[in-house]
This record gives sequence, structure tokens and C-alpha cells, in this order.
Amino acid sequence: METSRTALESSIVYKRLVEFFMMIAGLSVFAWDFFKNVFIPPYEFAEIKKHMDELGVKTLPIVSITGFIIGLVLAMQSYPVLVRFGAASFLPSTVALSVVRELGPVITALIFAGRVSSGIGAELGSMRVTEQIDAMEVSAINPFRFLVVTRILACTFILPLLTIYVIILAIIGGYLAMLTLQAMNFQLYIHSVVHAIEFTDLIPGIAKTVIFGFIVGLVGSYKGYYTTNGTVGVGKSSTSSVVVSSLLILLFDMVLVKLTILLWS
Amino acid sequence: MVEIKNLSKAFDGMVVLDDVSLKVNQGEKVVIFGRSGTGKSVLLKCIVRLLEPDNGEVLIDEVNVLNLSIKKLNEIRKNIGFLFQGSALYDSMSVRENLDFPLVRNFNFSFEEREKKIKTVLKDVSLMDAINKMPSELSGGMKKRIGLARTIITDPGLILYDEPTTGLDPITTKEISELIVDLQKDLNSTSIIVTHDLICAKIIADYAVVLTDGKFKYQGSIKELTSSKDPFLRNFFGTEIIEA
Repeated sequence: METSRTALESSIVYKRLVEFFMMIAGLSVFAWDFFKNVFIPPYEFAEIKKHMDELGVKTLPIVSITGFIIGLVLAMQSYPVLVRFGAASFLPSTVALSVVRELGPVITALIFAGRVSSGIGAELGSMRVTEQIDAMEVSAINPFRFLVVTRILACTFILPLLTIYVIILAIIGGYLAMLTLQAMNFQLYIHSVVHAIEFTDLIPGIAKTVIFGFIVGLVGSYKGYYTTNGTVGVGKSSTSSVVVSSLLILLFDMVLVKLTILLWS
Repeated sequence: MVEIKNLSKAFDGMVVLDDVSLKVNQGEKVVIFGRSGTGKSVLLKCIVRLLEPDNGEVLIDEVNVLNLSIKKLNEIRKNIGFLFQGSALYDSMSVRENLDFPLVRNFNFSFEEREKKIKTVLKDVSLMDAINKMPSELSGGMKKRIGLARTIITDPGLILYDEPTTGLDPITTKEISELIVDLQKDLNSTSIIVTHDLICAKIIADYAVVLTDGKFKYQGSIKELTSSKDPFLRNFFGTEIIEA
């Protein structure tokens, strides 16, 4: 009995599970600290704006290409199926609904996680190992408020904007694909898109990106803020920020989709 | 004045500081020697509560900082300067922003007053030209000087130096050490300096202690310590090698 228990505790799966739940507990405490600090002045508006600029600009090229290609490929893949059922005229609404409800928010969030969460993890991690965070603390400045709260807020604000931008590009991409498949007037295409999208599609799709943005900022900041073991630790923080934030985005997406269906139906 | 009473700190059962006590009077400059990994930096970090000691007291101007709330501790920290081993300049900020950072957040100085202070400390460390440079554009010695400028810009009453001359050549070491002494005279602050560097210690120290096995086993003036016949001190200061 004792031997099997020891074997279980020393197994890699057991260790990984313990690490995972410890991290979830750590992230929860970190999120609680964020809400405790976010309303306390001084408010670092300039710093939030600076991060929004940096994060937005940093991610813009990759999300532009991705958004455009999503729409293009989705239209090209859906067209033959829709033609088979005599429903080719539904192509604009198919592209629009897929992109607005699911693909736009999730893919933008995953790209954002890969680009931004790792950057935050590496930046804060470097600041930790080079004692810059300690220097801030010893100068009587709250490093959590200055470094963490500002980054989480910037991620939370910028991701919905990027998602809207990606959705628009995907719809344009869909139109270009459509042009190669069958002639269609742009005004008619947009008319079909606008008619297909309802309030109940748009709001939950964009609202969940607020949560995804929060997750990206939170995980990146958490991993970076508690970096140990020098430059090796910085690398680990950067990598695990992407893995954990991507995983949490997908998990939360599943929960939020179910919640949306329950609420709106 | 700083008084450390019976301070202890252990990491995972490994005792680093074992019931150490030290008193540093107002305006005094005390050097802490010790081999690498003996807990000198840990001691400095315990004084400002970057690390929480397991036991003991740290009195700064007769207030035990270990019992204070973060808000009250920060009021005391505003009067403390800390020069980190790697200078710890904020990478994302220029030299000007690094120097302005504590001023703009902790004090009610006008823009003109802050500018005057920034220019004064940069003149003190002879790096006026570096005002708009980023830390990545500075050499090791320049970083130390800017770190020193940031440490003194708030006119602190207590300054803690963690290896202020590590990694610098003997000439730069001498320059930085003399600079520390000059600035110390202007501010009349109390200083605790952690170092291995005998050149630095000889220039700066009024008094020195040696931390070994978690305790201050030796103390006295630099002259007394370096001329001691104790085998550990002779080995530590390289007296045996010099005589050989």
C-alpha cells in the first residue's frame, strides 16, 4: 500500500498535476491581487496607453495576415459544400457568422497569447532576475501596480479592438475569395453579412475577448513576476506563458460558449 | 542610525544569518566583508524587507521596520537608497526617466525642481552626456555611476551598497569609491557597504565586519583586520599571497 502510494507520488503525471493545481491557485491569488490594486490610485494611465500602443503595434501585422487568410480560406472551403446544397448565396453569412462567433475571437486571442504573453513573461522575468523589480519596491513604489496592473489592463482593452479588426479583415478576405469563385457585388456581399449578424452573435463574441485579454495579461505577468533561476528561468517563463494562456483561452472558450447558449436561448 | 538585533534568516533549513547584531551610527560608513554566498546581500535585503527575516529586529531611527505595515514601511523606504550589485537600472527607461522615476512618484517636486536634481546628480557622477541614453548603451562603470545617481537623488539618510565595485577595473573602482565618499560627505548619510573589494573598503570604510558562518566573527578598522594574524583573515585578504 505504502509502496504504491510512493510510486504514485513520484510519477511524472502526479507531479505535473500537483504543479498545475498549484499554478491555478497561484494565478487565482494573483488575479485577486490585481482586483485589490486596480482601483487604488495613482492610476498609471500613461503606462497603460504605452503598453496598448506597444502590444497593438506588435501584434497588428500578424493578426492582419491571419484575419485576411481566415476569411479567404473559410470562403474557399465552404463554397463547394454550399453549392452542393444549392446554398451558395449563404456564403457571406457563413463566413460572417463563423468569424464573428468563434474563429475571430479565438484565433486572435491565440495569436495574441503567442506574441504578447511570452513577451510580458520574458520582460517581467528579466526585470525580476536583474533586480529591477526589487529596485522599484525599495524605492517605495508598488511594482505590482506599475508593472502588472498596467499590462493586464492594456491586454484586456486591446484584444477586443484587435478582434474587431480581424473580423473586418476576414470578411474582406471572404469577399475576395468569393470574387474568384463567382461574381458578386461588394454592396450585396456586405448587405448579406450585415443581415446575417445579429446582436446575439456580435456581443458574446467580442465580450469573451475581454476575458481572453485578461487571461493573456494575467498569465504573462504571473509567470514573469515570479521568475526564478536567472536567464534559464526567463526562457521558461516566456514559454510557459504561451502554453498556459493558450490552454486557458480554449478552456474558457468552451465554458463561455456553453454559457452564451444557455443565456441567449 | 541603524541597529540590527539578533537577526536570523534561513533558506530551506540552511542557516544564512545566525543571530547577527550590528549597530551603525548616524553618518558612519560600515563595510561588511565575507566570502561569496555567506549572506551579505541577504542581510541588506532584510534591512529593507525585500526579504523577511525569521527572527530579530531591524531598527532604523529607533523604529523596528519588521513590524510596520507596507504603507508605513514605504515612508521609511523613501529615506533609504539602495545600490544594487547589477545597478538594476530600468531597461525600458532612459537615464533621465530612471532618475525621475522615484522623484515623480514619491515627492511633490515641480518639473523644474526635478530637472535641477537630475542635472545635479548627473554632474556629481560626471555623466551629464548620458542623460538621454538608454541603459543598454552604457558601459558597466557608467551603469554603476547612474545607479549611484539614482540612489542619491532622493537625498536618503541611509544608503545600502551591494557590491558597488564588483566587475570594475581597479581605476574605476577607485573612482567610484571616492565618489561614494564625496557624496556621503554632502549628504551626511549613514552607509552600509557590502563588498569583497579591499580597494573600495580602504577608501570608504570607517569600520568593517566580516560575516562568516552566519555570524560577524571579526570586526574592527580595515587596518586592524588586514594586519591580523588570524589564519582566516590572512587567507581572506590575501595577506599570505602578498607576503609570499
